[in-house]
Amino acid sequence: MVAKINGKEENIANGTSLLSLLELKSVNPDFVVIEYNYEIPEREKWGEIFINDGDNIEIVKFMGGG
Amino acid sequence: MLSESDLIRYERQIMLDGIGIKGQEKLKFSKVLIAGIGGLGSPAAYYLAAAGVGTIGLADFDEVSLSNLNRQILHRTSDVGRLKVDSAAEKLSLLNPNVKINKHNIKLTAGNIADEVKDYDVIIDAADNFETRFLINDSCYFLQKPVVEGAVCGFEGILMTIVPGKTPCYRCLYPDLPKGEPFKGIIGMTAGMIGSLQAFEAVKLLLGIGEPLLGRLLIFDGLNASFRVIDWSKKRNCPFCGENAIVKNSAEI
Ligand SMILES: [Zn+2]
Repeated sequence: MVAKINGKEENIANGTSLLSLLELKSVNPDFVVIEYNYEIPEREKWGEIFINDGDNIEIVKFMGGG
Repeated sequence: MLSESDLIRYERQIMLDGIGIKGQEKLKFSKVLIAGIGGLGSPAAYYLAAAGVGTIGLADFDEVSLSNLNRQILHRTSDVGRLKVDSAAEKLSLLNPNVKINKHNIKLTAGNIADEVKDYDVIIDAADNFETRFLINDSCYFLQKPVVEGAVCGFEGILMTIVPGKTPCYRCLYPDLPKGEPFKGIIGMTAGMIGSLQAFEAVKLLLGIGEPLLGRLLIFDGLNASFRVIDWSKKRNCPFCGENAIVKNSAEI
């Protein structure tokens, strides 16, 4: 299936959760927030949300430097 | 009223639709507080002074150090050891002596922030740490002050404009402090990019022109030379602005 991740369409295997997506991309979950289909799920739920065809996912880094 | 020299100094922006004499006068009577006079605050302050924002507040308690100078362009080598607010105020006054500069040489805390921000129309968050960013945003949410929120890390930056009651709040983006030490690496151009965009957002808010980044997030990636703007929505159960908000005033933070 195909989901949009940070604006780019990507092929994602069935049964991929938001948490396993981060793992696939070698992103430390502590350093990002996720917007899933324009909603902001709790971080604790990332392992239970499975990506569907056509989903829109934004992975946004924690940035706090000035 | 604008003076003869004001009309000349600002002529190239007065000729713009959306500014004009009226807009320029509006800027003259506007007040912007910049929290943090570092990589973001330097260009933001310089452009706001150049544009003729009448009152600019500078909040910082730090001194200039040598390792600041790769990005904090208001400060020079000879300023090392000086207070950032002194160094910055000097340069801004040299650029535009008509701008009133308020120096707030203090660390913002839950106890003093309401007092520090109360006289300003727009707050530019240019802090270098998350603790201060949460403090600014949490307080401004209850004080109903618009915040232009910009931050940088490495070659990347982020920008959003937060208007309490109207847009998602900072806690909708970042519910809690991140775990672990944030990465400190940064190249100056990243901060220059986001800092000048923060000044731009402030001017748009002050003049009521254009489309500020309300409910939208701009993400800048310098290595890719790319800007992405994404819609960012309120978090349904946000403790501040959500349906069952549990934090009702700043005393509960
Ligand atoms: Zn919120």
